Amino acid sequence: MKKLSQADTPLHAALEDHKLERMAHFDVPGHKGGRGNKELKYFLGEDTLKIDVNSMKPLDNLCHPVSVIKDAQQLAAEAFGAKEAFFIVNGTTAAVQAMIMATCKAGDKVIMPRNVHRSAINALVVCGAIPVYVNPGTNKKLGIPLGMTLADVKHAMEKHPDAKAIMVNNPTYYGICSDLKQIVSLAHANGMKVLVDEAHGTHFYFGENMPISAMAAGADMAAVSMHKTGGSLTQSSLLLCGQEVNTDYVRQIINLTQTTSGSYLLMVSLDLARKNLSLNGKEMFRKTVAFAEYAREEINKLGGYYAFSKELEDGDAVYAFDTTKLSIHTRDIGLAGIEVYDLLRDDYSIQIEFGDIGNILAIVSAGDRNLEIERLISALSEIKRLYSKDPTGMFDHEYINPQVVMPPQKAFYANKISKEIYKSEGYICGEFVMCYPPGIPILAPGELITKEILNYIAYAKEKGCVLTGTQDMEIAHIQVVSDKM
Amino acid sequence: MELWFSEPHTKNVKLSIKVEKQLYSEQSKYQRIDIFQTTEFGKVLTLDGYLMLTEKDEFIYHEMITHVPMAVHPHVKKVLVIGAGDGGTIRELIRYPYIEHIDMVEIDEMVVDACKEYLPQTAAGITDPRVHIFYTDGLKFVRTQHEAYDLIIVDSTDPFGPGEGLFTREFYGNCFKALKEDGILINQHESPFYSEDAKSMQRAHRNIAASFPIAWVYQFHMPTYPSGHWFFGFASKKYHPIDDFDEERWKNANISTKYYNAKLHKGAFYIPNYVKELLADA
Repeated sequence: MKKLSQADTPLHAALEDHKLERMAHFDVPGHKGGRGNKELKYFLGEDTLKIDVNSMKPLDNLCHPVSVIKDAQQLAAEAFGAKEAFFIVNGTTAAVQAMIMATCKAGDKVIMPRNVHRSAINALVVCGAIPVYVNPGTNKKLGIPLGMTLADVKHAMEKHPDAKAIMVNNPTYYGICSDLKQIVSLAHANGMKVLVDEAHGTHFYFGENMPISAMAAGADMAAVSMHKTGGSLTQSSLLLCGQEVNTDYVRQIINLTQTTSGSYLLMVSLDLARKNLSLNGKEMFRKTVAFAEYAREEINKLGGYYAFSKELEDGDAVYAFDTTKLSIHTRDIGLAGIEVYDLLRDDYSIQIEFGDIGNILAIVSAGDRNLEIERLISALSEIKRLYSKDPTGMFDHEYINPQVVMPPQKAFYANKISKEIYKSEGYICGEFVMCYPPGIPILAPGELITKEILNYIAYAKEKGCVLTGTQDMEIAHIQVVSDKM
Repeated sequence: MELWFSEPHTKNVKLSIKVEKQLYSEQSKYQRIDIFQTTEFGKVLTLDGYLMLTEKDEFIYHEMITHVPMAVHPHVKKVLVIGAGDGGTIRELIRYPYIEHIDMVEIDEMVVDACKEYLPQTAAGITDPRVHIFYTDGLKFVRTQHEAYDLIIVDSTDPFGPGEGLFTREFYGNCFKALKEDGILINQHESPFYSEDAKSMQRAHRNIAASFPIAWVYQFHMPTYPSGHWFFGFASKKYHPIDDFDEERWKNANISTKYYNAKLHKGAFYIPNYVKELLADA
């Protein structure tokens, strides 16, 4: 057998062959190439439905890959500099959960910054591990959480030498990276694994002059959202493993919760995206950075807005900034980020990634054109002209240091009562409250509900943030642990 | 041998024009540019396969986009023309001696070069010393201008392709900012007849009306455009398109026209009921 190269796409090739087979199907899916659901076939296209198939001998099996999926995963591992790569079809959420569950058991401690994605804390609820939060610190002006400082990491490791792992965002949603290489050295010296949430960092593996990637930094595992900046379909993702990881055990952990009907549409998109990144990634991300830099320059010229970048780097809490991210601080024009987000969509037909209290984030990619970039800049110029107001009295602080008073799993499964949210001060939270996106919890199970947090929730609601997570769809009531502190 | 240029006007309707020969065909950074010699319409310019102008009927478009605002605004000195790479709008504007300065912003230099070479009927005026050409994105150019112009003419292609940004609310808002306190904006406003064009027309109207206190449309008859029933938008900060129409001044200017006249100026703003409804629902 010839040795595969990055120009090959083994899973894609197998599906191309399959399309020509004209096989009679007496297996699932029941739509049988779309014949059983004509409207869906018309909407998605016949070619798409023809490859929406179940695992079969020539197409391998995601749960136990031995042929084309195995080859495609190996090529992905090679492209990302990993020992092994797993195709994940349950979203990066599943990859993050697999990292934690493969490393921690009930009662084990894991060090993490509080601004982790909800999927990480969800994993703690499922497996019973206990979080040791490191305060990521906040940039006061921008109101955004930063990276972890080495001093804080060291302190947490000294205080909790029994922790099994440390989790790191690389980068955060806003594009901020911690000193990953040093964190890896510290963790490994203390016998801890390093788990990296690279949901927003696919491009670190392929672009030039990017912050260091998890695998290059020597981390043990990384969850990479290929669908975010890598070009694969939504919900497809990769779990990367470093040299010291028992990957057969990781596969077992993945199979505890991942579907046994892995979508070939998602998997083939990973295969093709990996090839594209390997062959064209440098150029793609050069173009992305050029777009983002141009937009930053023009937006900063408008005045009032602050599109921030590498000037935030301080060698510590902002060890590196990802220049593909177009994050814009809006508070100085008197508008919350979420208000600018809503105006862009409702009045200007421009959909951006998210708006929070003080900032908006626009995702820029090689798929953009000058035209769209000019539209965004011009719309921001108009929003400033038409809607800017005096910023005094606006909320300027986002990070609230949580007080974890009970392990998340224990709080989630405790006897709970429903309280009116604004009368819940002093109770232990039994569920999540978060703004989505970015999906970083404001409150997680096991945390003390304080006045400060309730004020923040009220403000976020008033400004139009979409709050999620509670049983009550209106977020008027919250489940709390019955026994008050 | 028969050679035909065909343009689909909808998925189910197309216009075909018999071609004598193809004079020019190039791919620019933005679009494919073709110029044909035809028997019926003279030379024909197409961009990405969409017909932009023919020598036979371009006078209708260019007279109506220019003389209507010129007959309303009493003292146009500085004009911004966006798009208009063929030069037809410029040709009409430079007939007014009191216009002092014309900025022309066209994204695609190759269109201008091709028209200069093959379509002197429209492009000859581009070399007038009052005309200053900027080869850049219209949206970007207008963003940097503040109360600079008496008149802005958006002589754009379609709301898809390189001209897409010229149909957006952010563009019209930036035009408002770039106009003086009594400025007028004229834009290519699509057609109400076929449903896709009608949607574009509604969207453009909605976006303009969000920025300008006075937002009207006026019609003209363009034989080679889909349905032949086509519109321009008249948006203004101060002047009303009919009440402020100065018939005497227009007549004294002594500009001869083939399509436009004083009665037609007023009539063009009286629009069919289905178009009124369409705009009311925008």
